[in-house]
Parts: sequence; C-alpha cells; structure tokens
Amino acid sequence: MLHIDLADQYRRGSSLLHRLDPRIKILGALLFILVATLLPPGEWLALALLFVTTLLVALQSSLGVGFALRRSFVALPFALAAITLPFTVPGQPLAHFGSLTLTVEGSVRFLSILIKSWVSVQIAILLTATTAFPDLLWGLRALRIPRPLVSIVSFMYRYMFVLADEALRLLRARAARSGTGEGKSGGSLAWRGRVAGGMVGNLTLRAFERSERIYDAMVARGFQGEIKTLTPPQLTDLDRNVAVGWVTSLALIAFIAFIF
Amino acid sequence: MHHTIEVNDLRFKYPDGHPALRGVTLSIAPGEKVALVGPNGAGKSTLMLHLNGILQAEAGEVQVCGLPIRKDTLGKVRAAVGLVFQDPDDQLFSPTVFEDVAFGPLHMGLLEAEVRERVAEALAAVGMGDYVQRVSHHLSVGEKKRIAIATVLSMNPEILVLDEPSAGLDPRARRGLIGLLRDLPQTMLVSTHDIRMVVELLPRTVVMDQGRIVADGPTPELLNDEELLAAHGLEA
Repeated sequence: MLHIDLADQYRRGSSLLHRLDPRIKILGALLFILVATLLPPGEWLALALLFVTTLLVALQSSLGVGFALRRSFVALPFALAAITLPFTVPGQPLAHFGSLTLTVEGSVRFLSILIKSWVSVQIAILLTATTAFPDLLWGLRALRIPRPLVSIVSFMYRYMFVLADEALRLLRARAARSGTGEGKSGGSLAWRGRVAGGMVGNLTLRAFERSERIYDAMVARGFQGEIKTLTPPQLTDLDRNVAVGWVTSLALIAFIAFIF
Repeated sequence: MHHTIEVNDLRFKYPDGHPALRGVTLSIAPGEKVALVGPNGAGKSTLMLHLNGILQAEAGEVQVCGLPIRKDTLGKVRAAVGLVFQDPDDQLFSPTVFEDVAFGPLHMGLLEAEVRERVAEALAAVGMGDYVQRVSHHLSVGEKKRIAIATVLSMNPEILVLDEPSAGLDPRARRGLIGLLRDLPQTMLVSTHDIRMVVELLPRTVVMDQGRIVADGPTPELLNDEELLAAHGLEA
C-alpha cells in the first residue's frame, strides 16, 4: 500500500530504441563507453561529437532530450575522484593556490574525464530506460556473461525495493511516535544515535529474514538457480542496420580524434 | 475543543495515481468511540494515516484536538494522537520491548523515573508486563500487536486511532483487547472487520467504501440495515 516509489528506470515506449534487441543495445552501449574511454585527453571535437550522438539517441528514444541529461548528474561525484589531476599532472602552470599549482595539462585531463563520464552515463541511462530489466538480464546472459553474476544483479535489483520499503516503514514508525510534550523534546544526541543504530540493526535483521522467506517461496515453486524467461527473439534487419550504423559512427568519431 | 477529530472534504491520491480518498468529511466528539468499517481498499487505513500527519492531505483539512495538521504542529499532533498501525512491524523498531515502549515518552522529554513508570503502566494495561526485556522482533503477531498498543499508550495520547487491532489475535487476546479498549477513556477511532467487537464496544459506526463515507450513525441502526451491509460487502 504505502511503498517507496523508487521509480523503475524503465519507461515503456515503442521508439526505435525500444524495439532494438537487448543484445545490440548492450553491446552498443559498451562500445560507446569504450570509445569514449580510449579517446586521448583534450579531443574536444570528438567529445562534442559523442555528446551530439547521445542527444540523437535520446531523441530516438522518444523520452525527450532532457531525460538522460537531468539524470546524468548523479555521475558527478564519481568523476570528482579525478579532482587531484589538475594539481598533480606536471606541465604549464595555470594558477596557484597556496602551495598547489593548477596545470593546463592536468585541467585538460580532468575536464576530458568529466565529459567522458558524463556522456557514458547518459548512454547507460538511455539503455536502462528503453530496456525492461528482465530483457536486460536476458541480454547479458545471451552475451555469455556468467550466470552467477547475472543472478546477483537480478536479485540485488529486486531486493533494493524490498529493503527501501522496510526502511520506510521503520522511519514512519518512529515519526508516528515523535511527539513533543511540555518539556524539552527530541532527546539527547546520544539517545537519538542509539535509536538510529537500533533501527539499522533492525533493518538488517528484517532484510535477512525476509530474504530467507522469499528464497523459501521461490524454492517451493521449483527455483533451481536461474530464472527462466520465454524464448528469445531473433535479430531483425532493424537490429543489424542499427548495429552497422552505430559501429560506423563510433569508428568515424574515433578516426577524427586520432587524426586531428 | 479538545479530544476532537475534524476531517473536512479530505482528498488524497497515492504517488502511483490511485485516488484513495475522494472527499471524506467526519467529525468525532471528545470521548466518542467510533468504528470504521468497510471493504478492503475503501481507504480506511489511508484516512487513519492522515490523522497524525504521516500522510499529507492533497485537498481538504484535518484538525485534531483543535490543531490543524501542518508541519509546525506535527510534534504536538503526534503526542496527542496515538496511531496503532495494522501491521505491528510498522510500529516496532527498537531492539527491546522496553526501548520501544519508552521511545514515545523519552522523545517527549520526560524524566527517566517517569518514563519507567509509564512503560510499566502501559505494559501492564496490555497484559505484557513480563515482556519488558524481550526482543520485540521474535514475538508472535498477537504479542507484537499488544506491545504496539503499549508503545502508544505510554505517550498518554488524547485520541487513539487503531487500525484493525483484533486481526490475528487469538480469542483470549481479543477478549483482553476488548476489555482494555472498554476501560480506556480516550476518544477512539477503530477500523475493523470484527463486527462482534463493534457491537460490543463502539456505539457509533462509520462505513467507508471507495474513498468516501457512505454511512455514519448509531451502530445498532447501521448494522440492522441489511441493504447497506450487502451493498458494501459487510456482514453483521
């Protein structure tokens, strides 16, 4: 009834992207990320072309140009792992901050990494938004990704919601009894910390026991290690055409980067 | 102005778009004991979650004890309205029974001595005095339900809102619950499918169906209206 509405990433639709075979989409996304990663730093033209490519893909997905853009900022904290680059890479100095020197080469590298991760995340977002999760898992298995790995991903995804639900219930239970009286309310910080700690322990226990119950239910229905899906579709002409077009475009961008 | 519940044209839709409350208007006077009945999915639990500010109204107003429910009044509202959830797992979150029952008064800022007293009283009232040091997680559903009631009683609320309190209780525990509710002085709103408990305990009945109140009146009158009962999936 009252659940966390962690919106499922998948958006139903019938765009070009939705109709493609999951295997093509997964490989296409991986190839894009590979090309993006392998570009030398400072290839602004190639990076711009990659960005335009993501916009075109977003348009083709009928989800709107802003869809992936807005969600891609979640990648920013991870890219900030490279924040030390402008200060540690030797080269032409750009600015000074106390004992630290900002270099041109370092900044170029840092910005390149930022842009590369940004476009890569957008492609990944478009992949998950146009491919239903079970299809994604099937695609991974069809591409020979080992069964245990795919199973782990599948269970983790499903139980993320279960865990979030349990956490919400605990938080609501506490909120419902957080009344204020005449005196000083809220309790000491130490007490509140103890309560929060107790809740985390409670959540762990509940998650563990819930997962046992769910596993028992699955076994009771014949589960033996892999969730079976209906028979897979064949690759269509559309899939083949898009694959060829995609590889060609990426090759062109890589070519531009290495020549100019 | 105290101990009252005033709900005025309350509307609420869940995030997935499902309209749960379509204009509920209800007024409960101090000391009244009211039953809330209706088929599953009628919106009873949803209505109750509004009474202590867990859910915010989309349109319309809720006032308890003369306080309109707003962000700044939530603390006072939660001290005044004791909500007992349908599922005790939605209520218990502390490692031991003592800590769960003590949370409310401790949060309100009471001193340790008084907190201990309140915990003892609350647990005695539900007949779970021996369970003070038990781990709430490992109790049976019936035991958890009674502890859940105790966690709310220890706050000495003015209004008690109980969501299906007798569901899942064995006859002895159910008898104990009815006795307890009969003796408590608070204004009470009890959502239940247990019509025999309604007849025994709650002089006024409100019938909900599809997000609206379809009937509101003295219990004997409503429960004798066979057409009304049949139309809303109830049995006397």
